[in-house]
Amino acid sequence: MQNLIGRAAAPFLLFAVLLLARPGVAEAIEIQRVVSPGGIEAWLVEDHKNPIITLSANFEGGAAADPDGKEGLATLTSSVLDEGAGPYDSDAFRRKLEDLVIGLGFSAGRDSFGVSLQTLTENADTAFELLRLAMTEPRFDTEPVERIRSQIVAGLKHSENRPQSIASRVWWQAAFPDHPYGRPSGGTVESTGAITTADMKAFAERVLTRSSLKISVVGDITPERLGDLLDKTFGALPESGVSTPPVPAKPAAVGETFVVENPVPQSVVIFGHRGIPRDDPDRFAAAILMEIMAGGFGSRLTEEIREKRGLTYGIYAYTLPLDDAQMVMGGVSTRNDKVAETVGLVREIWADMAAHGPTEEEVRDAKTYINGSFPMRLTSSMPIAGLLVSLQRNERPIDYLDHRVERIDSVTMADLKRVAKRLFLADELTFVVVGQPKGLTPTAPAPEPRS
Amino acid sequence: MVRPMKIPRRTMLVVAALCVVLIGGRSEAKLYEPQSITLSNGMQVVAITDQRAPVVTHMVWYRVGGADEAPGETGLAHFLEHLLFKGTEKVPSGQFSRTVSRNGGEGNAFTGYDYTAYFQTIASDKLPLVMEMEADRMVNLTLDPDEVAAERQVVLEERRSRIDNSPGALLAERTNAALYLNYPYRRPLIGWAHEIEALTRENALAFYRKWYAPNNAVLVMAGDITMAELKPLAEKYYGVIPARAVPERNRPLEPEQISARRVDFAHPQVGQVSWSRRYLAPSRFYGETGMVMPLNVLEEVIGGGATSRLYKSLVIEQKIALSAGASYSGDSIGPGTFTFYAVPAEGTTVEALEAAFEAELAAILRDGVDANEVARAVKSMKASAVYARDSVTAPAHAVGQALAIGRTIADIESWPDQVAAVTQEQVMQAARTILATPAHVTSILRPKPGS
Repeated sequence: MQNLIGRAAAPFLLFAVLLLARPGVAEAIEIQRVVSPGGIEAWLVEDHKNPIITLSANFEGGAAADPDGKEGLATLTSSVLDEGAGPYDSDAFRRKLEDLVIGLGFSAGRDSFGVSLQTLTENADTAFELLRLAMTEPRFDTEPVERIRSQIVAGLKHSENRPQSIASRVWWQAAFPDHPYGRPSGGTVESTGAITTADMKAFAERVLTRSSLKISVVGDITPERLGDLLDKTFGALPESGVSTPPVPAKPAAVGETFVVENPVPQSVVIFGHRGIPRDDPDRFAAAILMEIMAGGFGSRLTEEIREKRGLTYGIYAYTLPLDDAQMVMGGVSTRNDKVAETVGLVREIWADMAAHGPTEEEVRDAKTYINGSFPMRLTSSMPIAGLLVSLQRNERPIDYLDHRVERIDSVTMADLKRVAKRLFLADELTFVVVGQPKGLTPTAPAPEPRS
Repeated sequence: MVRPMKIPRRTMLVVAALCVVLIGGRSEAKLYEPQSITLSNGMQVVAITDQRAPVVTHMVWYRVGGADEAPGETGLAHFLEHLLFKGTEKVPSGQFSRTVSRNGGEGNAFTGYDYTAYFQTIASDKLPLVMEMEADRMVNLTLDPDEVAAERQVVLEERRSRIDNSPGALLAERTNAALYLNYPYRRPLIGWAHEIEALTRENALAFYRKWYAPNNAVLVMAGDITMAELKPLAEKYYGVIPARAVPERNRPLEPEQISARRVDFAHPQVGQVSWSRRYLAPSRFYGETGMVMPLNVLEEVIGGGATSRLYKSLVIEQKIALSAGASYSGDSIGPGTFTFYAVPAEGTTVEALEAAFEAELAAILRDGVDANEVARAVKSMKASAVYARDSVTAPAHAVGQALAIGRTIADIESWPDQVAAVTQEQVMQAARTILATPAHVTSILRPKPGS
């Protein structure tokens, strides 16, 4: 039986680790900048141990840019691009991928559109050619488009009544009533039905362009060979499309508590408020503070709410730096008669950290953990490639990781006390509770779902 | 819990690769190459050397799991797994995880029906520290009654999160109870709520003393370590623990199954109908074990992706289903399962879908599967095993799981040969043996009308 139950709420199967550091050069991955003859740039981590090549790439423009009434466009497009391209119809395309064990996929984020490709070295030419075809000559044949559309609609129906989905939908809608972040980024049953093939073609032309492209490659390939494949694969994309300027947004419904009545035995709670920007000099202090607040066992939230009181199986919090808004988000599930106590504790723990900051011991442990565990976040080739793409997306220099330890170590206690007051705003926490919470009074009616 | 997905499954290579990992994938002469010794107290010690990074994964697998619980104490194996973090005299409650993380490592634990495992991933120079703590809690657990009480609440919250708040999980629980008439896989791994409530400190300690012993454990180490380095450490920390008498794992046999069963469940949270059908099947240690590899190939040919027989017929050609597939699980001590799943298309009743499935299955059993499709599946399964190497910890997991249920290293390492040897005749013989029976369980999940 493959049924397993893990101890932590975190996805416990994701513990595979791959490291490309040379022994002795702790956590350094050797990144090369490759510029193809045609001028296309990629960051490469060369590793010939296994005959595998992994590519991750990313374009600006995601679900937040979906036109009103066509929410889900980025998602649908991402699922249809690999359903037939060039001379291959859907079946022929999928058979080629399966026979050669090539993993090719597209994904729609809120702010960006991702591509991933994984192939055995011996099939690299075909794999990159299939990627080129998918990006530049997608067929959008009726059969696969309608099939995938109905699968997505079924998926939306499958999740729409789940307490976790309801909580998330209501939270974002309340916080961003007038911004695309307030819309369901995966679309709705209705909006997904309204998307046409012309919409998807226009999306591909607007988003899949060289000017906003970031590429990373990990594995069994030389810079010369990669340069050649980059030109063949991405050279045919147009130089630039219509860019969508950022529309900075501030969350609304600050400090409110919403309750969505739902007959479940355990209430699902989502909370959050504004955070600090991705380029803020205080981001390293914020990373240390988030580790102390919500870094699993030993962190304040887990100790107080799970370990001491047994109120929950999982409580989490994280920073979410989106393009147009930077957030601190969190969540917890607890039985209905313990929601009020749990929500109160979250506020208290938040306020206490803001008022007093962390202890010396917490800071020492958090720094050691962050620096020591960083290599383990690189769980295999794909996460490494993903990390390199996000470094490029955030316009970090190529040697950014080399100075990671110094940046964490140089954060002082004074920094942390100051940043704690910026990062943990107990009065600004907006809570959404889905369930039948006892003794918790909502401050306002929850927003109705958009039609 | 890892379960077959009910929502449309886009074939992802990562998923395919992981499945291969779990059954011990290997494609070329060099793959895991595990080295194995047995300590004088009977503890098996395995090293899988991969020196790309100065990191090791340290796992201890106990040959005991949820299926070894006595009737009336469901959830005990999992509860004990939680309690192993609650302290010994040397390492007080909460300190285990904290010590691992303050040394830059990560760790967790999980429980299956046939095994319980504890693991940490950490810099290789910190290995003695985690070995000392893991060896300590193999025999020196002390449990504070208040901590046991709080952790029982945590597990009940875990049950609410995983099961009670999820109609699909509630249905799966009832489906297992219907599928296995006598085998303990019919009981939920996490436990029935009323039995979790009744679990005591004494139950847990009795289970611990019965099963946790070096001669009932496997140590698996992967990463930056050789057997020459590991052996003295294993002898120092684990070798000094005396062997103890551990009972045989007395597992009952299933009686002959003769009738079809149905579990039909409607719930207000469900937004999309889904259907599945399960058959008991041989596994590595139950029934006709020679059918395990043919059944793995059968799964791939008839239900393994967008080009598989069922998907093509039911989804693409007949348009009666939105998704359809099969999954086989045979890596267990007790009976395995062969599962078909599908989601009906808009406007199709689940009954019509079921009839179409039955017609397709009858055709497969009557006419057989295409020999070319078998060859194709075998080829891509072998090739995909290469991806299993793109990790340090996944091989530790694969080897540890296989050894914990009683397989040998030679058996694990011969996986590519086992796949390559599968013939179309074997596939059809296995299919006709296990699928040509009315003794199956059909599960249907439906929206609850009027809510």
